[in-house]
Amino acid sequence: MQTFMGYERADGTAGIRNLVAILPSVSCANPVVEAIAREVPGVVPLLHGHGCGRGGCDLPGHSGTLQNICKNPNLSAVLVVGLGCESLSAARIETVTAVANRRVERIMIQEAGGSGKATARGIEIAKELLAFAATQERTPQPIDKLIIGLECGGSDAFSGITANPGVGVASDRLVKMGASVILTETTEMIGTSHILAKRAVDEKVAAQLVAMITNQEKKTQQVLGPMAKRIISPGNQDGGMSCIQEKALGCICKAGSSPINQVTAYGEIPSQKGLIVMDGPGYDTESMTGLAAAGAQIIIFTTGRGNPIGFPFVPVIKVVSTSKVYNHMKDDMDINAGTVLEGRGIESVGDEIITLIEKVLTGEQTKAELNRQNGILCLYTQTTAF
Amino acid sequence: MKPNVIIIHPKDNVGVALTDIHKDESIVLPDGEAFPALADIGFSHKVLLTNISRGADIIKYGETIAKVGQDLRKGDWVHVHNLNLEGE
Repeated sequence: MQTFMGYERADGTAGIRNLVAILPSVSCANPVVEAIAREVPGVVPLLHGHGCGRGGCDLPGHSGTLQNICKNPNLSAVLVVGLGCESLSAARIETVTAVANRRVERIMIQEAGGSGKATARGIEIAKELLAFAATQERTPQPIDKLIIGLECGGSDAFSGITANPGVGVASDRLVKMGASVILTETTEMIGTSHILAKRAVDEKVAAQLVAMITNQEKKTQQVLGPMAKRIISPGNQDGGMSCIQEKALGCICKAGSSPINQVTAYGEIPSQKGLIVMDGPGYDTESMTGLAAAGAQIIIFTTGRGNPIGFPFVPVIKVVSTSKVYNHMKDDMDINAGTVLEGRGIESVGDEIITLIEKVLTGEQTKAELNRQNGILCLYTQTTAF
Repeated sequence: MKPNVIIIHPKDNVGVALTDIHKDESIVLPDGEAFPALADIGFSHKVLLTNISRGADIIKYGETIAKVGQDLRKGDWVHVHNLNLEGE
């Protein structure tokens, strides 16, 4: 795979979906966004619970994440719906998105004369944006425009034996082809900083990896207290895991064995290609929001217990770790890596993932897309509300 | 015979048991090689693929996860009881 058929955006990125999103700048605008989306089938509402009442690192953090969300290549146009008195500025999202050469419009509920008038205006704009999106066409795009996000959620004892190593094979192949892969979930890297640092492309990246993981370790201790030291539990040991490194390696092996070219902040768009490590929480939906903001056009999501959640505008491929859960939740799962336990080679799981990615790139829908398991944006939040 | 152990990475010197393997039963690798289990090895636990000396690395996922605290032989069960986890 050297190229893929994508929708080229004016900023040079390329989407594999061609969607129109409606984004509230603050949760108070969610009902207007929902009302517009009800009347204009095909648009994607990006509901979330933030936009005001937070300070510290969260205001710039949320603002930056929403700005980058609007720049995701899978979106051809965005309508930002603001209220008017929120701390996270709708105008700022609009300006930044426009700088990224994305078609963007904005309405403010207070300015428009209330929810009814804002909804009516929003419906008109959303229809115009859909008509604009319909003029976009797929053209051949170099594979280095492809970013694949990695995620694991609802893991079980087999995730690190079947699904994650299978994804690791696919990750290495994608990086070799020239695509980028983002590994995140810093909490699941605790204990492996010396291993990841060895794979860093240079000393600066190595130091950033160590600092990122050490910082996460401290945060985990603050939240969990003495329990933080029991990350490898008696249950883990009964399952055959001997130490924290072994457990974490089961998670990070999703990223294969390629060199790590860059460390990025949550939701940051990488400036480098190849394997990227993004700082971020282990919570699935917050983590996927960060990956989408970073520009991922596809997310590969491994699961053991079976988590059906997708993402509003990024196709999510579910790789499940056992045949038992695959058969039990077949409608939600794309790939059964559990066949490894029945003697299938891990390489062949990697092959299957690459084959499915090729299909998804050109429009085949993943189970999460078919089931409309879109959910909402969950923004990484570190301070308390006021 | 059907393999009852998986090797996650080509550099690994341990495999992962795909079923409960009892002492003296055959361990069968994906390439067909078979040798006896020197201990009971539970499902998803680690089995040693080569003879190693005290202080040698245990490699899983292509990375060193720990050092062994004693000499071990091919077919041994590798876990907290024979790893040197001091200072971890």
